[in-house]
Amino acid sequence: MTRTVALESRSLVVNGRDVTVNVPEDTPLLAALRHDLDLKGTRVGCTEGYCGACTVLVEGRPVQSCNTPLWSVEGKSVTTVEGLKQGDVLGPVQEAFLLEQAAQCGYCTNGIIMTVAGMLSQSPPATKHEIVEVLDERHICRCGAQTRILKAIDRAILMTGARA
Amino acid sequence: MSDLPGNLKANPLLSRWLRVDADDTITVRSGKVELGQGIATAMVAIAAAELGVAFARVRIENTDTFVSPEEGWTAGSFSIEHGGTAMRWACAMARELFAEAAAKKLGVDPAAVVVSDGVFRRQGANEGVTYAQLRDAVDLERMAGELPVPKLHGGTVDRPGLGRPDLRAKFSGPAFIQDMALPGMAYGRVLRPSHPHDRLATFDRDAVAALPGVIAVVVDGGFAGVVAERDDLAVKAVEFARKRATWTRTAELPPMGDANAWMDGLPLNTTTFLADEGEAAPAAMRHTARYTRPYIAHASVGPSCALAEWTGDTLKVWSHSQGVYPLRKQMARALRVDMDKVNVVHAHGSGCYGHNGADDVALDAALLARGAGRPVMVQWSRADELSWSPFGSPMRIEISAGLSADGTVTDWTHDVRSPPHIARPGFGEGVNLLAAWHMAEPHAPSAPNDAPRPQGGGDRNSVPLYNFGKRRLTHHILPERPLHTSAMRGLGAHGNIFAIESFIDELAAMAGVDPVEFRLRHLEDPRAIAVVRAAAEAAGWDASDAGGEGVGRGMGFARYKNHGAYYACVATVEVTEKVRLVRVDGAVDAGAVVHRDGLLNQVEGGAVQAASWTLKEEVRWTEDGFGVRSWADYPLLTFSEMPEISTVVVDDPSAPSLGAGECSAGPIAAAIANAVAHALGVRVRDMPLTPERIAAAINAA
Repeated sequence: MTRTVALESRSLVVNGRDVTVNVPEDTPLLAALRHDLDLKGTRVGCTEGYCGACTVLVEGRPVQSCNTPLWSVEGKSVTTVEGLKQGDVLGPVQEAFLLEQAAQCGYCTNGIIMTVAGMLSQSPPATKHEIVEVLDERHICRCGAQTRILKAIDRAILMTGARA
Repeated sequence: MSDLPGNLKANPLLSRWLRVDADDTITVRSGKVELGQGIATAMVAIAAAELGVAFARVRIENTDTFVSPEEGWTAGSFSIEHGGTAMRWACAMARELFAEAAAKKLGVDPAAVVVSDGVFRRQGANEGVTYAQLRDAVDLERMAGELPVPKLHGGTVDRPGLGRPDLRAKFSGPAFIQDMALPGMAYGRVLRPSHPHDRLATFDRDAVAALPGVIAVVVDGGFAGVVAERDDLAVKAVEFARKRATWTRTAELPPMGDANAWMDGLPLNTTTFLADEGEAAPAAMRHTARYTRPYIAHASVGPSCALAEWTGDTLKVWSHSQGVYPLRKQMARALRVDMDKVNVVHAHGSGCYGHNGADDVALDAALLARGAGRPVMVQWSRADELSWSPFGSPMRIEISAGLSADGTVTDWTHDVRSPPHIARPGFGEGVNLLAAWHMAEPHAPSAPNDAPRPQGGGDRNSVPLYNFGKRRLTHHILPERPLHTSAMRGLGAHGNIFAIESFIDELAAMAGVDPVEFRLRHLEDPRAIAVVRAAAEAAGWDASDAGGEGVGRGMGFARYKNHGAYYACVATVEVTEKVRLVRVDGAVDAGAVVHRDGLLNQVEGGAVQAASWTLKEEVRWTEDGFGVRSWADYPLLTFSEMPEISTVVVDDPSAPSLGAGECSAGPIAAAIANAVAHALGVRVRDMPLTPERIAAAINAA
């Protein structure tokens, strides 16, 4: 007989929508997004805060969702890669990555897209140099697609009108 | 008909390869799976070209062992060469059947029928008939061997900007095996130790079973796992179990030492597989050197994952394995069920670059699903993936050669020592799945052996493509290895080409000849000469550049497996305390190009990945077990360390298309080492080329 799980209720705003989930204590934001809210564009990577595959925006800032407890974002606004789309139209950073075909397997990509999108929507927008510093610290690509990702960032800077 | 492409001959039923749907789309199936290398796009491009249909009208289904053509492993850069050729023929045959039916329907001579964007017409006519409209008139349940040799249209629908159809979904939502869910699915995790020779002795099974959300604790001998309602609860439960587990150490690990020193004294299984007869030309000078490559991790960003669902005694598994057919057979053996009861369906995963944990986690999922009586997804942890996946095999290579007074190589001895480079499920006679070895009634793995020549494993690309006089080549397999090894991108090609192409630069320096010129003097194959020249030209190679002062450039070249794609590159480096790879100017000849952007992505991505192996990567261990458990233990080349990279594509539409995913790994490694030597005047022969090794080489000079 499976022991029932004590659940706690947490409310937040995900991709502009008010949501409430009932989750076990200490549930990471990543698990809530993927398991409870069925937003699977945020990927499961190392779950240790190194690889960045799980990056989302919290109040517009890139955050690794694997080691962010859900309770810490209660009442806050979270944006996932699904939230960058307008209907079926990709957001400009997604479109920049698509135009540059900036992936091989594409597993690490969405986390990187979120970091780039978050940093370019800051005021003032981050520079490419600043973005690359963050990618060095917080993202890993194993396929060797980094050279294309760097081109996609250049393109995203142009497409979002951010300064280069 | 005897000269069908091999993979079509093995899967002759055309309906296995393609289906025409009522909406005028065509669905193709391949036994070659999408691994992030873009093969699905290339297959669609080939099919569209042969069918005479727009790229957007052709879809490809994931490989399914119940319905898809059986094409073995997606490996060895054979997917385009073998799988693509079979796809080309199957689609060309189907097109002829449809053209025949169209001619009948249009009441014209078959020779007068043309097809464009899937519409068959009499030449010059407006009205026509589509593939879908001919569906009932054409029977694809036909054996390829009974049909005439088709007219191959060749080429593809490739054009600048042709993108991969899978990326839009990947960049915006669910796309990977980790994102799948089955009705009633639960989540499993496996309890594995932190030392390769530890076996589970005890753990507090009842306490784990009583944890919240835990559905089942599955134990089969030394295999143990938990199944829970949520993955995060399964993680908690397995960590709880780990804290209470006791392990029995069955063997110790040898001290690592530096540069594969642990290999000393281990038993060898030795074959001298090439020894030219006759006397070598007289040598005026001799040179001998030793090179090493360490253990390397596949290090997929997404840890391996699988889903398993039992319906009665039949099993369906979703896997990102490179070989769903061999996996199916091995799973059936491991689980002691009839193979006909097992279906493995491919699902996209994180890049694997060889035999990572994909196959092993599939058996984990089947065992946990059987134990829990529910469909189960098993997700390996970062530590599972970095320690329990097989590793790329370490190598030690010794080369010795004579040089005549005029700078010609007179004789060449290459001696490579390495554990097996392949232990895939389905290779050899045993069961090569991790959990199978730990079950209460265990299965034995295959005896250690290596991939057979001509592809070779540890000896892959050890035969120089150059005219080096009298050759002697020896391969020593080390059957006893501290950590488990299996296929990783290029197998022995990375280490052997690193060694050969480094040694060539050393010989060129002894001969006082420019290294590019030295290569060209010893090459006869015109395609080889063309890529070496193209890379040198792209890099603005200057033979008079003496190097030094911390800036250097070096060349590397190979033809992958001596029968695959040709690649040469010039690496430019700046060396301070560490090596900065500034530029890579490459040239590739992969025969007729199928998808140009896909080719560039593979060649350049392969070069970047291998640059990371060469400059940074080494799997370590300690007496306590695995030394790589997290990304902190295994740094890769970062974004700011990326070189500028460009590639000249030598496209010969008349030459057969060749795979290109592995051709750049060896040449870039040697090009970097040669560039470092050019920059510093000292040579580092052990990978990775770390700051410590560079400092040691400078101090020793």
